[in-house]
Amino acid sequence: MTKKTILIVDDDPDYLFQLKLKVQQFGFEVITADSQQEAERMLDFVKPDLAILDLMMETEDSGFILSFKIKRKYPDLPVIIATGVTAETGINFSSNSEGDKNWIKADLFLDKGIRTDQLHKEINKLLKI
Amino acid sequence: MSTFNILVVDDEPGIRSGTKRILQNFKVDYPFMDEQIDFEVDEAESAEAALEMINHKVPDIILLDNKLPGMQGVELLEIIRKNNIDTLVVMITSYASLELAVKATRDGAFDFIPKPFTPQELRSSLENITKQLFLKRMTQKLNTEGKQIRFQFLSVLSHELKAPLNAIEGYIRIIRDKQLGDKVETYQDMLDRSLERIKGMRTLIMDLLDLTRIESGKGVKEYKKVCLNEIAQTAIDTMRPYAIQKDLNLYLNSSEKCCLQADLNEMQIIINNLISNAVKYNKEGGRVDCTIKSDKGIITIIVADTGIGIPAEDHEIIFQDFVRVKSPETRNISGSGLGLSIVRQLVGLYHGTIDLKSTPGEGSIFTVTFPKNL
Repeated sequence: MTKKTILIVDDDPDYLFQLKLKVQQFGFEVITADSQQEAERMLDFVKPDLAILDLMMETEDSGFILSFKIKRKYPDLPVIIATGVTAETGINFSSNSEGDKNWIKADLFLDKGIRTDQLHKEINKLLKI
Repeated sequence: MSTFNILVVDDEPGIRSGTKRILQNFKVDYPFMDEQIDFEVDEAESAEAALEMINHKVPDIILLDNKLPGMQGVELLEIIRKNNIDTLVVMITSYASLELAVKATRDGAFDFIPKPFTPQELRSSLENITKQLFLKRMTQKLNTEGKQIRFQFLSVLSHELKAPLNAIEGYIRIIRDKQLGDKVETYQDMLDRSLERIKGMRTLIMDLLDLTRIESGKGVKEYKKVCLNEIAQTAIDTMRPYAIQKDLNLYLNSSEKCCLQADLNEMQIIINNLISNAVKYNKEGGRVDCTIKSDKGIITIIVADTGIGIPAEDHEIIFQDFVRVKSPETRNISGSGLGLSIVRQLVGLYHGTIDLKSTPGEGSIFTVTFPKNL
């Protein structure tokens, strides 16, 4: 069986490095981009099996826009949006409300502080492994 | 153009139709308002009817007669107050006894218009009321916006503080668990990155303290004669070790002493920020020119660099809180995104101006001017 490929997009080089390491340790192939723009260029010639996107990159909703564009191009590609801004600020992004579902196309929202084993579980669930 | 809704409550049809006619083409505008205000008049012949209409739609202003067939005007006023209905009530009455006036005022009537009134009296009274209401609404709006800005600031701040913490924590875990083997050298980069992120966080905290001090207007300020040349020289000397690493030349050009009445610490923050930016965002082998001059009562500080420059579309937003230009060139330069915001606020405190000219790839020129106050 060939390894599944996961695209990780984040503008924080340290977070990107660490998440890449984790996901590689889960046994996946990892490709990375450090901006919405770079990710869009990559998606022109690769189709990953899953994408994990940071929310705030070039702008504070880059992740949403990228997610929207990914889903338009590859409707069946699962997208996770990882945010660092949920718990403390009371800002809640959820893909559950009907209004949001229309344009925020992410399959899952995760806090960046998620435990490694939980992250692994969530990825597997979305990849139907 | 916005429209205020007026409800006139009076059992005399003549007053109701008269009011309607007088206000038909009446418009209010003031120099400080962006828009004109006109009026739309609804009528009720009793307090009971008025209450029903208020329950349906709250008018901006109520012109209320006291002597009504059933419920009296002051009773309606009391209901409005008890239910915290957001409307401005003006009593129109011909039997305004002192007692009634006191009661009505206590219950929140804004004004009295004696009956009978001339069109001019009604209009000038409404002009005042409109102004009052407009200012009240504006204040409410500004308060809400203020809260939103505060909230936005805090949410970005928490993001900016958590990002380095997460990064450092992540590296420490990797190292603790020896995820990449037993060799210490393997982890060298991660340790360096952790230290770098700690440094960034410290800068952020220092900048935040500056910002808080400026915003609260508190803190100890000491206004005395300060000479900008000396501040700039110190700033340049402080930055020189970093400049040498990048092979940069720093120059201070000033032929005369330029001094003004100011808080030394604040002037240091302004000049340090500009010079340290000029160094941080410079290119290997480049230069920084700081010019300080005084002409016709204006002191000018110019900090020019030969660095990476700032794209035109970012010239405005670069002065906002937490805004940094994100590009491959800036990726490895740490910064809080608060420096220029602080500079702009401080310059404003001294009634100065700040201007930016920049060409991407060639460099940036920041120009600050202060009116000389000595």
